[in-house]
Amino acid sequence: MAAPVFKNAVVRWIDHRLPVFSYLHHEAYEYPTPKNLNYWWNFGSLAGFMLVVMIVTGLILAMQYTAHVDHAFNSVERIMRDVNWGWMLRYLHMNGASMFFVVVYIHIFRGLYFGSYKAPRELLWQLGVLIYLLMMATAFMGYVLPWGQMSFWGATVITNLFSAIPWIGNDIVTLLWGGFSVDNPTLNRLFVLHFLLPFVILAVVVVHIMALHRFGSNNPLGIDTKGPQDTIPFHPYYTVKDTFGLGIFMLFYVFWAFFAPNALGDPANYIPANPLSTPEHIVPEWYYLPFYAILRSIPDKLTGVIAMGASILILFFLPWLDRSPVRAGTFRPVFKWFFWILVFDCVILMFCGKNPPESYWMPFSLELVDADTFTERVAEIRSIPHDQALNAVGDMWGVNSAAGSFGIKIVRLGQLGTIYYFAYFLIILPLLSVFETPRQVPLSISKPVLGGGKAMAHATAKSMEKA
Amino acid sequence: MADTTHGRSGDSDTRRDFLNLLVNSVAVFGVAAVAWPIISSLNPSQDVLALSSIEVDLSQIEVGQAITVKWRGKPVFIRRRTPEEIKAAESVDVSTLRDPQPDKDRVQKPEWLILVGVCTHLGCVPQGQKPSEPRGQFGGWFCPCHGSEYDTSGRIRRGPAPLNLAVPQYAFESDTLVKIG
Repeated sequence: MAAPVFKNAVVRWIDHRLPVFSYLHHEAYEYPTPKNLNYWWNFGSLAGFMLVVMIVTGLILAMQYTAHVDHAFNSVERIMRDVNWGWMLRYLHMNGASMFFVVVYIHIFRGLYFGSYKAPRELLWQLGVLIYLLMMATAFMGYVLPWGQMSFWGATVITNLFSAIPWIGNDIVTLLWGGFSVDNPTLNRLFVLHFLLPFVILAVVVVHIMALHRFGSNNPLGIDTKGPQDTIPFHPYYTVKDTFGLGIFMLFYVFWAFFAPNALGDPANYIPANPLSTPEHIVPEWYYLPFYAILRSIPDKLTGVIAMGASILILFFLPWLDRSPVRAGTFRPVFKWFFWILVFDCVILMFCGKNPPESYWMPFSLELVDADTFTERVAEIRSIPHDQALNAVGDMWGVNSAAGSFGIKIVRLGQLGTIYYFAYFLIILPLLSVFETPRQVPLSISKPVLGGGKAMAHATAKSMEKA
Repeated sequence: MADTTHGRSGDSDTRRDFLNLLVNSVAVFGVAAVAWPIISSLNPSQDVLALSSIEVDLSQIEVGQAITVKWRGKPVFIRRRTPEEIKAAESVDVSTLRDPQPDKDRVQKPEWLILVGVCTHLGCVPQGQKPSEPRGQFGGWFCPCHGSEYDTSGRIRRGPAPLNLAVPQYAFESDTLVKIG
């Protein structure tokens, strides 16, 4: 770890007075990284890349955008039609938001599976959750800016969440709006905050990386590095691996941006905002859907909002809910199952958030039908009169199990999903910490990587003594 | 480990150099490919370009009167010169001028002087369009910012400006209609 000697005299001169080059060399070049990282570890750098893409394209778009209710929609259309390459910059920004969430979700689930939130990386994890919260806020505000129907009604619905607060809720909402509805003052402040928050995210990312470099990356075995034989320098090994992953990811990203630019968005947002008419189905962007499903699962307004907030805030406490000393899910035979059920559960919640709560999902025929159609099906299959079928369908869970007509109301499915989501963090993980018997973890990273053997185990023990 | 990172001989250095060159070239090409549309987006957009010509009706302008019209966000001076002003502009010895140009090269019809009303020093709008404004010693325009004086052909005669007032591209569509741009 001796200070590097730079060949370039100017670099040496600067570095002597302001050691930025030494710092970079230390943190991005020789930075010792576990040698067994797999491709799931690419997504942190991909998230950082997406942040840069969003800031660069966003700055350029902001130079062409007008934050005023009379001009916002048209200024976005002007970007699409008249500004040189404006269509590309906007599509890259628009789909970039989705891609940012894709990589961040994979990054989060990577952390959940491999126990990256456990000691001594609790703060690292919490900073990540903070970044995720800031991202959600930023993405929401960005979605308001084109001032289409979904922008306007999304803004109305999300700001109205605060009206659930007892006593002062409505005053807070008026304060947020700067008026008595979502209007020009609201658009202006959301634009300012949408511009500001990415730089706040950037600052938190820097702190996130500082926390990361304190103990270094976790790894697929979830065990600590025990010395130089377990690590390789970040450059060129992981710079190359990250760059390769970036290339693959870029293919995925530009596929959306160039071939299906509006596939992830809602067509209703190409209708200018109309404060007098709400669209028939208000659906948030895909990355909010699980939380939207949790919100809708709970029939009480305040409790629903609390549950939605808690579903994210609970992640802050995760390091203390999962007390198992074994980090990687690989060595936790029971945890593994519950983890994959959680992944599946989040997909189910997305599905519930996407579809009308009063409709029925029929898993055997893979159909989504409205309540009337479902009642007809039940009457037909059971050969019972319509009102009797109506009663059968209207029972508490909205589940009907007659042969071939099994269906579940979307809102009930969402409730089951919500229950599992919270149970995973509040019941399953704490209990697993006590009752699960983990498999034997390897002695060191070198052992499984190099095929093991007594010599290696010996070497490890020796290097530990040194450390 | 050392074997895989450094190889045995100079041979691997050449291969490494080649790879480095390749990677850096791809990076430079990639950055350039991204920078191109970003910088291009800052250039005038199609709607701005679409508004880059205007038509001006000259029928209401009396001899000796001047009007200012806006073209590409800038003032354009249109002055219907008096015979004395035309004579003054034509009689100047071109070789004595800072930016030598005979009056006939600056007008299509001697009566109509059409200029971009932006001082060539630092971009202020010179005075002299209204009878109440100072026109400077040479009867043309006087820039209030740093005191440049222009003659009745819009040529720089005194003060810090280096060049004559620019003549925009224009064409007479009829005797009383001119298209600028």
